[in-house]
Amino acid sequence: MGKILEINGPLVKLDLPQTVLGEQVRVGRLGLVGEVISRDGNTALAQLYEDTAGLCPGEEAEGLGWPLSVELGPGLLGGIFDGVQRPLQAMWEQSGDRIARGVAVASLPRDRRWHFAPDPRCLAGMPLVGGEVLGTVQETESIQHRILVPPRVQGELLELAPEGEHTVEDVIGRVRLADGRIEKLHLFHRWPVRTPRPFRQRDHAVAPLITGQRILDTFYPLLKGGKAAIPGPFGAGKTMLQHQVARWCNAQIVIYVGCGERGNELTDVLESMPTLTDPHTGRPLMERTLLVANTSNMPVVAREASIYVGITLAEYFRDQGYDVVMVADSTSRWAEALREVAGRLGQMPVEEGYPAYLGSRLAAFYERAGRVETLAGDHGSVTLIGAVSPPGGDFSEPVTSHTKEIIQTFWALSKELADARHYPAVDWLESFSGYVSSAAKWWADNIDPGWEASRAAALDLLAASEELQRIVNLVGVEALSSEQRWTLEAASLIKEGLLQQAATDEVDSFASPEKQFALLTALLDIYRQGMKLVKLGAPARRLIQMPLLAQARRWKSQHSSDDLEALKAKIAAIPAAFEPLLLEYAPAAPSSAMEEIRP
Amino acid sequence: MKNIEFRTAASAQGGLVVMAGVPGVAAGSRVQLRDHAGRVRSGLVIRSANDAVLVEVFEGTDALDLERTWVRFLEEPYKLPVSRDMLGRVFNGSGRPCDGRPPVISADRRDINGEPLNPAARAYPREFIQTGISAIDGMNSLTRGQKLPIFSGGGLPHNRVAAQIVRQAKLLGEEAAEFVVVFAAFGASHADARFFQESFEESGVLNKVVMFLNLADEPVIERLLTPRAALTAAEYLAFDLDYHVLVVMTDMTAYAEALREVAVLRGDVPARKGYPGYLYSDLAELYERAGRIKNRRGSITMIPVLSMPSDDITHPIPDLTGYITEGQIVLGRELSNQGVYPPVTVLPSLSRLMKDGIGKNFTREDHPHVASQLFASYAKALEVRGLAAIIGAEELSDADRRTLAFADAFERRFINQGEDEDRSIHETLNLAWDLLSMLPPESLIRVSEEELTKYHKGAA
Repeated sequence: MGKILEINGPLVKLDLPQTVLGEQVRVGRLGLVGEVISRDGNTALAQLYEDTAGLCPGEEAEGLGWPLSVELGPGLLGGIFDGVQRPLQAMWEQSGDRIARGVAVASLPRDRRWHFAPDPRCLAGMPLVGGEVLGTVQETESIQHRILVPPRVQGELLELAPEGEHTVEDVIGRVRLADGRIEKLHLFHRWPVRTPRPFRQRDHAVAPLITGQRILDTFYPLLKGGKAAIPGPFGAGKTMLQHQVARWCNAQIVIYVGCGERGNELTDVLESMPTLTDPHTGRPLMERTLLVANTSNMPVVAREASIYVGITLAEYFRDQGYDVVMVADSTSRWAEALREVAGRLGQMPVEEGYPAYLGSRLAAFYERAGRVETLAGDHGSVTLIGAVSPPGGDFSEPVTSHTKEIIQTFWALSKELADARHYPAVDWLESFSGYVSSAAKWWADNIDPGWEASRAAALDLLAASEELQRIVNLVGVEALSSEQRWTLEAASLIKEGLLQQAATDEVDSFASPEKQFALLTALLDIYRQGMKLVKLGAPARRLIQMPLLAQARRWKSQHSSDDLEALKAKIAAIPAAFEPLLLEYAPAAPSSAMEEIRP
Repeated sequence: MKNIEFRTAASAQGGLVVMAGVPGVAAGSRVQLRDHAGRVRSGLVIRSANDAVLVEVFEGTDALDLERTWVRFLEEPYKLPVSRDMLGRVFNGSGRPCDGRPPVISADRRDINGEPLNPAARAYPREFIQTGISAIDGMNSLTRGQKLPIFSGGGLPHNRVAAQIVRQAKLLGEEAAEFVVVFAAFGASHADARFFQESFEESGVLNKVVMFLNLADEPVIERLLTPRAALTAAEYLAFDLDYHVLVVMTDMTAYAEALREVAVLRGDVPARKGYPGYLYSDLAELYERAGRIKNRRGSITMIPVLSMPSDDITHPIPDLTGYITEGQIVLGRELSNQGVYPPVTVLPSLSRLMKDGIGKNFTREDHPHVASQLFASYAKALEVRGLAAIIGAEELSDADRRTLAFADAFERRFINQGEDEDRSIHETLNLAWDLLSMLPPESLIRVSEEELTKYHKGAA
């Protein structure tokens, strides 16, 4: 038993001999929990996950003997946890609207009984290794929770409970370890959050994560098991885009970590998810979602922990063979929590006050993403999407620049686009994706072989229009040739008819890959048909006045992903819309020109 | 311990006092200092060790004689007595009455730091609050429980805008009876404080306002208490007495500067522009006290006002605020110089919660689309205006000229309005359609075709 020597914000100096770095401690009369971050002789420095007001030097402190761990088992899905995995819903019921300090509530409900069905392959006497599937619990209608042998347990299975109802603490099996000790198995186990969970080997990521957002899927794809960052100044729609990804992506499990962000946003997720339907399974989205919330007014040290709690939960579902998406909003707040603690420790600041280890911590965190072969021989993935909140929208600041070096997909949000209410405000010039060639293979196999070429054509068009826009800004649009004006108009058509996608539009909030590709090729078709005419001498002015252009801008919100036949009919009618002009400007050889244009 | 006076002040500097040889004082506990002249000051323990205690003195350490200073540790956090009688009263920056009337008597004393609200207990803000200002109601709507700051600059009329909101804000279809205001000023000039007081008085809302004033010539450290005291009062009114509370706090820049001043004295490692790394968390502690709670009637809606140093929106104070609050109303110097009031620069302004508080069941079904269309058309029009500045308006096409006329009308008729002009949301939306009707219907792709037929007044 030790005692408190000094209190300085969230840091507490303890007289606590023989404690281990990373060990959990409980201090003071209030029983506040924290972890040891440094030791010097008999004194240890601990950072507490709760506000330290009211603690007195001289009060007791004790080491708990384990590092910060999470409970992994049935009861996670649909829940909301704080930064150290305390269940906020249960805490609300127990201690009221405000988060009282020193409240200890088990992460997983202890009284709830789950229907456990043992895996028929698991027989007494067989050898077991960590990570193997013992059986299943149907946790929600869409998600089957696979009960895993804790990764570090290895030995002979002595017995396994028959099918029946169990609480998470019930012993469901026993294993004789190599050294002869008997290990009891439960529906849940604990895992330290700062240690990545083991797997057999890393796999190649092969399939794109379909988010239903055209600018992401079609232009800057992310693979299942990939790493992405969403940097953007405030007001650029970062949170909205992350919500959209969390809602519509085709992962089986979504973990949303609200790290130092707004309370109302989490409430929004909590209130909206149960009412929304997963377009891939038809079940309520909340069934596959879990939230980790350390809002900006909650203690800063738990904020630092929340990211690790989230990724450990993600790895646990990955180990069950699921594709998991973890959205971390925002990694900048996590970095700031690091900075705050480093500052109080008196560590030498480098850039903008951040500690020197910022880059390596970020890299180690993002490396926990990936598609793997699990210990049980399945395939699972963790896709990591981190929001970055650069001060003043300056992408050269430390967190953004370090992150940019680590991730493969960069969805850069632009204040200018957001100000013009171009949502999602993903900047098509600053963003990049290192996964285009892998994604192209999937699109070619599943949607259309022309995807990669069409994508490139649209991006070329956008880049060309950016050049032209610069000229226009100097000398006005009248100075452009007809071809150039048509290019500008077509780019604007792509921006408004394809890139802009309102999250609030019920029809267009999610666009299937088929719809994305249909719109992409349709708008490119309009561009090409028009360009043919311009080359035949038609003035761009005439083309721009065509009602087709205004109509095409509305197609995205007129046809849902389930109703593509009507959209395809409109697309098929594109050449007809150009016919009158064609007859006018190619009178010499209308038939041959027509043939040339029609596919 | 509460009754023991220590006379062991070892050092004092700029508001901080180190007390030596004080055993086991709780962190965050309140302190009373009595100086040689008998003046009593209050403070807080900000760092506590077995041998030394660091105390932050709210009234400052001027004229403090170390040998003749007596300190008592009250062993409790800083608390504010709360009661219904606070309505209509004026308090100083640390929550003591300063209107010459007797103190508020109440057995109910609340820790001014509050406790973080459990995210699971929050209810999402949905109800539309009508401010009567078109630029806000129409395009950046305020909802009950939202925190929507006003980003301004020195010399811009943010105080007048804030006062107008306080006078006009109302809930649609409900009685305004449950609506009260908590007003906190830190570092405000005497003139500003008087302006607010008079403005509330004239409009007859004064008995529904609780004021906390820390004026520009009052102690800087006290500014760290002022918003906390005000928010404690607001929480009591909202969640104990079921009022809908609008909290107006001005000026957050003065607050952040006070925080920086104290941080430097404490020797905290500076992050950006000398502000401490915890500025974000500290501001969030204040802003996040706005909101609604499930199963409670009341709500706290917050309008913090801040002046952006050199009109720079990327300065740490507006920047960090923007990351915490649910949008921002940006006032612009250019519009203000052109005589537009309120000079709301609509493009960088935003209300994040707007989407859930407007539309069919709240305002009118076309509201979301109209707002989006106004943004898009005005953004387009500003591009044209930029072009016209270069090549001259004569060179513009007819369509562009029409767009330009729209931009002018938008600023003159929609954004611009009288300081006492209280426009209903229907008036605002009808006005928006008048302006949109200046543009050809086929260019309005954010509104639906049905809405065009219903509201567009035909191509000019």
